[in-house]
Amino acid sequence: MSAAVDIGLAPMLPRPARITRVVKETADTFTLHLEPPDGKLAFMPGQFNMLYVFGVGEVPISISGDPDAPEVLVHTIRAVGAVTKALMAMVPGDVVGVRGPYGNAWPVGEGMRRDLVVVAGGIGLAPLRPVIYHALSHRADFDRVYVLYGTRTPSDILFEEELRAWRARFDMEVELTVDRGLAGWSGRTGVVTTLIERADFAPESAVAMVCGPEVMMRFAARELAQNGVEEERIFVSLERKMKCGVGLCGNCQLGPELLCRDGPIYPYSRARRLFAVREL
Amino acid sequence: METHSLARALAQNTLLTKLSMDHLEFLSGCAKNVRISAGEYLFREGEDANELFLIRRGVIALEVYAPPRSTMSAETVGSGDLLGWSVLFPPHTWSIDARVLEDALLFSIDGACLRKKLEADHDFGYHLMRVVLEHVHRRLERLRLQQLDVYRTESI
Amino acid sequence: MNGDAVLELTGLDALIAALIARGYRVIGPRVQDGAIVLDELQHAADLPVGVKDEQSPGRYRLAPRSDNAHFGYVVGPHAYKRVFHVPVETLFRVRRDGRGFEVTETPVDARPVALFGARACDVAATTVQDRVLAEGAHPDPRYVARRKDAFVVAVACNEPGATCFCASMNTGPRPADGFDLSLTELLPEPGVPHRFYVEVGTERGRAVLDEVAHALPSDEDRRRARALADAAVASMDKHLETRHLRDLLIDNPEHPRWRAVAERCITCTSCTLVCPTCFCSSMDDVTSLEGEAERVRRWDSCFTRSYSYMHGGPARPSVEARYRHWLTHKLAGWIDQFGSSGCVGCGRCITWCPAGIDLTEEVAAIRADVKAARGASKEA
Repeated sequence: MSAAVDIGLAPMLPRPARITRVVKETADTFTLHLEPPDGKLAFMPGQFNMLYVFGVGEVPISISGDPDAPEVLVHTIRAVGAVTKALMAMVPGDVVGVRGPYGNAWPVGEGMRRDLVVVAGGIGLAPLRPVIYHALSHRADFDRVYVLYGTRTPSDILFEEELRAWRARFDMEVELTVDRGLAGWSGRTGVVTTLIERADFAPESAVAMVCGPEVMMRFAARELAQNGVEEERIFVSLERKMKCGVGLCGNCQLGPELLCRDGPIYPYSRARRLFAVREL
Repeated sequence: METHSLARALAQNTLLTKLSMDHLEFLSGCAKNVRISAGEYLFREGEDANELFLIRRGVIALEVYAPPRSTMSAETVGSGDLLGWSVLFPPHTWSIDARVLEDALLFSIDGACLRKKLEADHDFGYHLMRVVLEHVHRRLERLRLQQLDVYRTESI
Repeated sequence: MNGDAVLELTGLDALIAALIARGYRVIGPRVQDGAIVLDELQHAADLPVGVKDEQSPGRYRLAPRSDNAHFGYVVGPHAYKRVFHVPVETLFRVRRDGRGFEVTETPVDARPVALFGARACDVAATTVQDRVLAEGAHPDPRYVARRKDAFVVAVACNEPGATCFCASMNTGPRPADGFDLSLTELLPEPGVPHRFYVEVGTERGRAVLDEVAHALPSDEDRRRARALADAAVASMDKHLETRHLRDLLIDNPEHPRWRAVAERCITCTSCTLVCPTCFCSSMDDVTSLEGEAERVRRWDSCFTRSYSYMHGGPARPSVEARYRHWLTHKLAGWIDQFGSSGCVGCGRCITWCPAGIDLTEEVAAIRADVKAARGASKEA
């Protein structure tokens, strides 16, 4: 008697998705446009997919596309490890595996008729871009919209053309700053937190969404709180190693939080104590 | 009358809210309004440092000419920042270029006049130096973060 | 409960035979390489008859008993998680297909399993793992396939081991639920032969029992079973105070005791491997020479550096942080994540720690210290 059973399409199986377009963003960062496995992949801003490269491995990557255009799956990726480097070598027509979307979302509902303050550092703009798309296509849901973005150098700025276009709009404020003002840079130089104190949002009603390296989020959240934004309305995206994406493998724990299942997005009021403990 | 209204304008500046009205009146004796357009230099490295600036509006880049990489922007300052503490200490020389990126409106406080008042009234001096030190403290924190290089890719 | 019964000693063999006849793989305790492990059973004689285990922190020995007890020992290094959440398995295979690839899931051996002689702590641990792996928003289909029809024959512990503290965790020593049948071994007494008092937990348990010769228990059988359970609780020396335990650990991540225990811990991962609830796994993508790729899932341990590795380095480089993570997750974070403690009080992590680290001592030390500090601040 064969007792082997077909267990059905499991959450653990990557589904093939074909690359339709590759956009080089910076020296180490690129954007992949993919045909979603079922023709479309509905997601909420802030959610991520597990991307699989044949024989190399799998990594969690946030979706950087427009939630109102789920027929194109867009991921912006920084090449830092074996899998992301393999992804960088791919060209249109190549196929990657996709599992997802997983994780919770930036609380765009919370932003209803509030000032929206998006604070991004480096690659952290990618998971926040769906929030910006959402805010622009549901513009009346928000009061003022701010995008405050910091990078290492001017050549690390992502989505430059889009930022320029957003900057030209009258219904949103976009401010950029870099840590290293190299030759030819005529924008702001300094950490991203300096943009917070200069932005004239209404702190008592603002909702802030912060994404970047942990230390950057820590300081940005603190600056926002010092400027009067309630800790419950400052959101950060936490990061730990993610393997399964669905709460089964345990790797992504940060203190008592299981990030892939309950996060990765948390209000600062909850994240603050997680930030405070070393090696949690 | 002129001094009086300038003192009131100074009192609006977030940096100076901790100074008493008497001290603001005293300070306003050295102050004047300055406008400067984008692209112009407020001062250049090596020149005599004769003024302390309180930025009311605008963006100013603090730049260093660093051949062969040309000019680097070390930091930008703007509304609410204090610029030019070189006037307080010998040799009263600017150590950096200040180039205006966005039209700026500033209070300029004459260096010689200020130094004289600081010596003449140590109570005023103490309170003004607290303002300067508090600002330097904030700027240092910013710079500390900036030099952490938090976005650097870790090689694996 | 759906009634009770008594089974003569020979009934044990009949019970195993009945389960095998129903198509179950019967998994229970056996002696192997000087330890009691879990393996397939064919007969009652496969059980560790007349054997006892001596356990203490960092020590485990088998020794002969002076009687013919069939369950005169407690738990060994194996837990039932190895049956449902197997140590290593290939999740799927991938074959190149032009520029794309084709993913094929590997089949699951889902022959129904009967856990035979499962201790109360292990029955509870299976329930804990169910909450993690089968009852979340994304159940692990492989775990579910193996687990869903499992039959459970539990056994009450009459003689708890020296590292056991299930009474503190409210899981034992007598199984309260989660079984089809539960046995209490009644050793022979003058005029009363060796027998087993049986509690029936489910209709299915009743049906299986009905295939085996059994009798109604006497009041004396029931009294003896109850007395044995009470005596077992009374004889359990090890204790873990669980009052406010979650907050105690969550609130004291910087306690110096973590550093002290880190000096003893050698991060060997034994505790996580023997723990019946530890569920963490790693997934590795490997490529074969034939150009096929596969994903292999393996038990992982939060005591390794690679477990928390992100680009740039491990999130928990210090031993202190890793031990703290393990214990705090087990006793505190687990409650937040899955609604119950992750510890069932089986004591395996104490016995199998080569350094003899005893989590109950670590918790007690933190608790005593925090209490003392609180007292001192009140005096001040």
